[in-house]
Amino acid sequence: MSSEVRFTDFKSDKQPTWCPGCGDFGTMNGMMKALAETGNDPDNTFVVAGIGCSGKIGTYMHSYALHGVHGRALPVGTGVKLANPNLEVMVAGGDGDGYSIGAGHFVHAVRRNVDMTYVVMDNRIYGLTKGQASPTSREDFQTSTTPEGPKQPPVNPMALALAAGATFIAQSFSSDALRHQEIIQKAIEHDGFGFVNTFSPCVTFNDVDTYDYFRDSLVDLQDTDHDSSDFDAAKDKILDSSKEYMGVIYQEEDSVSYEQQHGVTENMSEIPDGAPDDAMDLVREFY
Amino acid sequence: MPADFNWAIGGEAGDGIDSTGKIFAQALSRAGRHVFTSKDFASRIRGGYTAYKVRTSVDQVQSVVDRLDVLIALTPRTIDENLDELHEGSVIVYDGERTSMQNVEIPEGMIGLDVPLKSLAEEAGGAIMRNVVALGAACEVTNFPIENLDSALEKRFGSKGQKLVDNNKEAARAGQNYVADEYDHEFDYDLDTTDNDYVLLNGDEAIGMGAIAAGCRFYAGYPITPATNVMEYLTGRIEQYGGHVIQAEDELSAINIALGAARAGARSMTATSGPGIDLMAETFGLIATSETPLVICDVMRSGPSTGMPTKQEQGDLNMALFGGHGEIPRFVVAPTSVSECFWKTVEAFNLAEKYQTPVYILSDLAMAVTEQTFPPEAFDMDAVEIERGNVVDDDTIDEWQNEKGQFKPHALAEDGISPRAFPGTSGGAHMSTGLEHDELGRRTEDTDMRVQQVDKRNKKVETAQEREDWSPREFGNPDSDQLVITWGSNEGTIVEAMGFLEEEGVDIRLLSVPYLFPRPDLSEEINDADDVVVVECNESGQFADVLEHDALRRVKRVNKYNGVQFKADELAEDIKETLEA
Ligand SMILES: Cc1ncc(C[n+]2csc(CCOP(=O)(O)OP(=O)(O)O)c2C)c(N)n1
Ligand code: SF4
Ligand SMILES: [Mg+2]
Repeated sequence: MSSEVRFTDFKSDKQPTWCPGCGDFGTMNGMMKALAETGNDPDNTFVVAGIGCSGKIGTYMHSYALHGVHGRALPVGTGVKLANPNLEVMVAGGDGDGYSIGAGHFVHAVRRNVDMTYVVMDNRIYGLTKGQASPTSREDFQTSTTPEGPKQPPVNPMALALAAGATFIAQSFSSDALRHQEIIQKAIEHDGFGFVNTFSPCVTFNDVDTYDYFRDSLVDLQDTDHDSSDFDAAKDKILDSSKEYMGVIYQEEDSVSYEQQHGVTENMSEIPDGAPDDAMDLVREFY
Repeated sequence: MPADFNWAIGGEAGDGIDSTGKIFAQALSRAGRHVFTSKDFASRIRGGYTAYKVRTSVDQVQSVVDRLDVLIALTPRTIDENLDELHEGSVIVYDGERTSMQNVEIPEGMIGLDVPLKSLAEEAGGAIMRNVVALGAACEVTNFPIENLDSALEKRFGSKGQKLVDNNKEAARAGQNYVADEYDHEFDYDLDTTDNDYVLLNGDEAIGMGAIAAGCRFYAGYPITPATNVMEYLTGRIEQYGGHVIQAEDELSAINIALGAARAGARSMTATSGPGIDLMAETFGLIATSETPLVICDVMRSGPSTGMPTKQEQGDLNMALFGGHGEIPRFVVAPTSVSECFWKTVEAFNLAEKYQTPVYILSDLAMAVTEQTFPPEAFDMDAVEIERGNVVDDDTIDEWQNEKGQFKPHALAEDGISPRAFPGTSGGAHMSTGLEHDELGRRTEDTDMRVQQVDKRNKKVETAQEREDWSPREFGNPDSDQLVITWGSNEGTIVEAMGFLEEEGVDIRLLSVPYLFPRPDLSEEINDADDVVVVECNESGQFADVLEHDALRRVKRVNKYNGVQFKADELAEDIKETLEA
């Protein structure tokens, strides 16, 4: 059946209310194409969405989905995947959702290495609350709550991930449709936590980190001799603040997912209609 | 000698008090005696006073009392802490060779047994066994056949090799013989044995076992006293049934991981205590609006804030009933004994799935750490029924799809109960959200749909009120016009207090309420009684408040909030005084 799945099957009949030109459109399209291309269908896919403009993606896609509490999308995805490892789990949310209120979960989700994909729709701004600084906003980026800029360096999400023991780190750009889709596909196929920071410009509130800016500044690693299996090379790229990179920056080839480590294999929704047959043994343990 | 016997071992945290006490409790249980244990402990790992108390009888015991017959005191402070409970004829076992115990004074009328615990232990193979020497001494004092202690030692140390077991048995005998040889005193105690088989477990273990029995396959948690035991119990056991336990980075995560597992169709739970329930409250509303079946266990301890982490309190009732912003339909059950911890957990999972709501299990520290004996039939696994509610599959899903073939997870069913389709079900793909939504689960701000969805979620509570049995547990004289009402772990204590009250000619009716929301309507009972006393371990009387609200009548209150659970004899006095006031 999966070969018949088209990417539009992942589209719900709800019309997106994102501003025309919002980067989230391209980010979502690439995700849907990557899901279809990797043989998934809406009935075996679970999307967990954060809270923010980006989080609306759960409504615009067609799949099993949960749109939960601000910052907690990764924990929800973790629970879904562990309770039924047969599902394809994709978590998506904003830079505020993931790197501010959810930063603690991000670090631990990375080191846990549950086999799911995490797409951060990074617009370097709080879109939904109408334009406040986010953790990835530039130091001098003026907003309603930071009139002179945050005056603190932006977080480097990839460095955070690398330090936490990430097995897959990539960056993509919503408007480079083909590359974005390819990169998400690789994250899906990765056996472990596939982290993709996707630049998804906010055309309404961010006039600095624009399409033009990313188009001009992004260096595609594909066009370089970068070896994504080389940790040190990845570290250098990630810590190089003079450039923005696109592509798979780091991938641990022999990544072992949390589920494999812990022998989590069952679809836990299937249980008998009474206590397990040998349950009296549990009682006898207390003799 | 009274029918019950009270024993304790006390010392510093880190002295192995807990494991020694548990061994003795196990020995008594294996000898066919009933046991009820309690702990007095400080939250530091080392330093500070800690004690493990055992009340035992051939009949059922379900409370602590203010009396101590034999005390093993490893520190002088242990004697001081228990002065009020010791009485004439009480035996105090201590090691006079221990520097701190050299000048210890045995209070008037009590019998001090100076036993060189450490030296005897060293002779038997290691100083670490000195507490076991003391247990041997206790066997001699109480005429308790030492073979029962052997059996408990085998259980405790068997996995570590026969040599260790033998050394411990020898250490126990050294203590026993020392007392027999050095003291020709006649002690008043005789611990008879019976042929009965009992199991010995605490409330946290009962909750964990109930979860597995009920088909729970997923647990996410973050360690916190006194709930950690639930997680530790499940770890290593739930996997045998295809399940998994995960330690989250915090409680914000734990409850959301558990929620994710529930969305995937697993019976899923988390357990925590006060500080953790505060963090989890962030997600209470999402569970309810997304109609996710989730069991959340709060093993209450003394608050607020970090409070007294190892002390008893029933202070989170308001949190369980009202916690979280907005209005959140939810169920709250509160087990009333260790065995009920098992059964209420089973029930909680059924309620959660049948009504697709968060179900809170309110347990408390007193029950969580109390080891109590039961006949194994008290946990009859054949009686466990699993009801999963309205779950659709590939064949039945079309009944709940709209004309476009879209699944309606929040369908406006007449009884409020919409269908669930587990991920993987064909044609079931759907969204669910903490935003107000329509039948398809999509965000809406349509005023009519908002009202319909709120009413639908509340309708589930009404449906449950009609379909389920929410009766309280009743004890004492049903015709008495003196009504005592309680919840949680106080039930057994009050039942025992009724014995003391009877001796004083006071006759009461006790209603012990395990369902706090929905809860039984007790307005008739409350209004028909001459006096109503609500007993709970908190300062303000949180349950008394809701009962007054339900019945529109003032009630009297007995509250305790010093961190220690009620004791039967003390409580009998309190109830009597309050009734008379
Ligand atoms: C607990 C909580 N605090 C604050 C908010 C308000 N809020 C909603 S979205 C958001 C930030 C959105 O930024 P981001 O995650 O970058 O998403 P974007 O809108 O840019 O896609 C905030 C602060 C909330 N919903 N919940
Ligand atoms: S405000 Fe920005 S992020 Fe939000 S929809 Fe509009 S363009 Fe996109
Ligand atoms: Mg953003």
